[in-house]
Amino acid sequence: MGEPDATGRFGEYGGRFVPETLVPALAELDRGFRSAWADPAFRSELDGLLADYAGRPSPLTECHRLSAELGVRVLFKREDLNHTGSHKINNVLGQALLARRMGKTRLLAETGAGQHGVATATAAALLGMECLVYMGEVDMARQELNVFRMRLLGAEVTPAMSGSRTLKDAVNEAMRDWVATVEHSHYCLGSVMGPHPYPWMVREFHRVIGSEAAVQCRDLLGGPPDVVVACVGGGSNAAGIFSGFAEDPSVELVGVEPAGGAAVGRGVPGIVHGMRSYLMQDEFGQVLEAHSISAGLDYPGVGPEHSHLATSGRATYHQVDDGEVVEAFVLTSRTEGIIPALEPAHALAWVARERASLAGRTVLINMSGRGDKDVAQMMDVLADRI
Amino acid sequence: MAPGALERALRQRRSAGQKCVVPYLTGGLGSWGAYVQAASAAGADAVEVGIPFSDPVMDGPVIQEASERALRAGTTPSAIVDELGRTDVGVPVAVMTYANLVDRAGWTRFASSLAAAGVAAAILPDIPLEETGPWCDAADAADVETVLLAAPTAPDQRLERIVGRSRGFVYAVGLLGVTGERSSLADSAVVIARRLKAVTDLPVLVGVGISTPEQAVEVCEVADGVVVGSALVRRVLESGADEASADVVAEVVGSFRTALDAG
Repeated sequence: MGEPDATGRFGEYGGRFVPETLVPALAELDRGFRSAWADPAFRSELDGLLADYAGRPSPLTECHRLSAELGVRVLFKREDLNHTGSHKINNVLGQALLARRMGKTRLLAETGAGQHGVATATAAALLGMECLVYMGEVDMARQELNVFRMRLLGAEVTPAMSGSRTLKDAVNEAMRDWVATVEHSHYCLGSVMGPHPYPWMVREFHRVIGSEAAVQCRDLLGGPPDVVVACVGGGSNAAGIFSGFAEDPSVELVGVEPAGGAAVGRGVPGIVHGMRSYLMQDEFGQVLEAHSISAGLDYPGVGPEHSHLATSGRATYHQVDDGEVVEAFVLTSRTEGIIPALEPAHALAWVARERASLAGRTVLINMSGRGDKDVAQMMDVLADRI
Repeated sequence: MAPGALERALRQRRSAGQKCVVPYLTGGLGSWGAYVQAASAAGADAVEVGIPFSDPVMDGPVIQEASERALRAGTTPSAIVDELGRTDVGVPVAVMTYANLVDRAGWTRFASSLAAAGVAAAILPDIPLEETGPWCDAADAADVETVLLAAPTAPDQRLERIVGRSRGFVYAVGLLGVTGERSSLADSAVVIARRLKAVTDLPVLVGVGISTPEQAVEVCEVADGVVVGSALVRRVLESGADEASADVVAEVVGSFRTALDAG
């Protein structure tokens, strides 16, 4: 997985479809990221934070009881063990350091489940920056705990009240804010989406997941796994882990979307949030509302590199429904003592469903976040069982 | 290319030593066709008609609300374009919408449908200069003028490229921010107008944040005219967006016309 072309495209997807006001800022960000990424001092500062603050490298866990249950050898890349509880911290530490290097004093972010918002609020606290997080009003109700966490960390959380009042509307609000505050604010976008250079830059900040996992698999297995599976909303954790294996054609890459928010599975190419990519939309081009049990995957679009990976056939994308996700959530808790976030539970659900076709193979799943944030919601869902 | 109908109308007003008023109205909102005609009759030089999109990132709360109401009422891009085709507005019409609605219809098909409906121009705020290629090819071929936006953040060299590609007029974004009313005219509005006037003979109209006739007069000390959106649409929404709201449109547009003519 390399650089996009000069127009910021992976194949025909990507680009920079934003209000004119933002174009110079995106060009500046592109230059700033290139310079930082090539600067050993920047890399060393980021690596230091990832190790000493976020707790990297994250372990690779062989899941013996789950493997026995499914008849598939399952490994987890434990991004749930990072500081703040998900993979999101990798990207946020990178962007926050970059923002500071570029002289910005304020971080803006959108969040769905709250994981990216918490990670951004954390980085802002660490570096002494201002932080404003937009979150859909519906999501704020679903994820009260994360709203409190962000506020505790010193961030301001503002509800997105328009449209479906979920993640896509939080992105709209963050972009509107950035149009007005671009001179001193950095938009810390939380996934491999949006206008160029975000899809590429965010993937590079998450490349550490795949790089570590490739080495860990080599140590454990003597080579790569047969299949790498990750959940896909915008697609950042998937892009991160895929990047460690995409160059090896023997490794199958699988993205798992929620059935109610399957941009690749149910969408057609379109333009929203600054990018051309697969998008759930109606016959006129109005963007559809996504519906899934997981706020973090409630997004009608997908990062442009995933559209390219899907079109080129390098990765395949599948859908699971909420019921399958709940079963996987329980199964993983009971067999491994790991309560997964609802997002990676989508990847688990696909493996559980496909156990027959995966029998005898080794599957690496990106355990992108821990389930603590989802426990209150799952108490209601599982009320008659637990 | 020869100037299109929109550019000719604006140049004519300018040649008369006067300033241009281009009101924005949201298509599909209430009796919007009547509002467009009322705006024209009240002295608009052209009318900008918004085709509502579900995710309007360049728009503030007023236009968002108008868009959501129009969409809930069931409007569609083709319904708006078709109605424009049936309406004798009397002045050139520019549609304003977002890239995805155009992409979904197909660049060429959308441009042809505008031309067939007699629409003079299009404004697509999420298609910046670098992404204009396929759209401008289609629009040029259909003789639809593409108005580009020029923002305060653009360096001089970029402004020159923008005015080189813009047709009809160049839309000077008056401030850093999305559409909406502001209590006073931003300094950036006069600055961007002056920078653009220095590099182009195209009409320079300032939009975003032009809220009162007084602000319009102030910015038109430099600019050739103004685009008035949220200040007008808010009044339409407040008056219930019914048939009688056409009178409100006439009153607001007339107040800008009068103030600018009085200079």
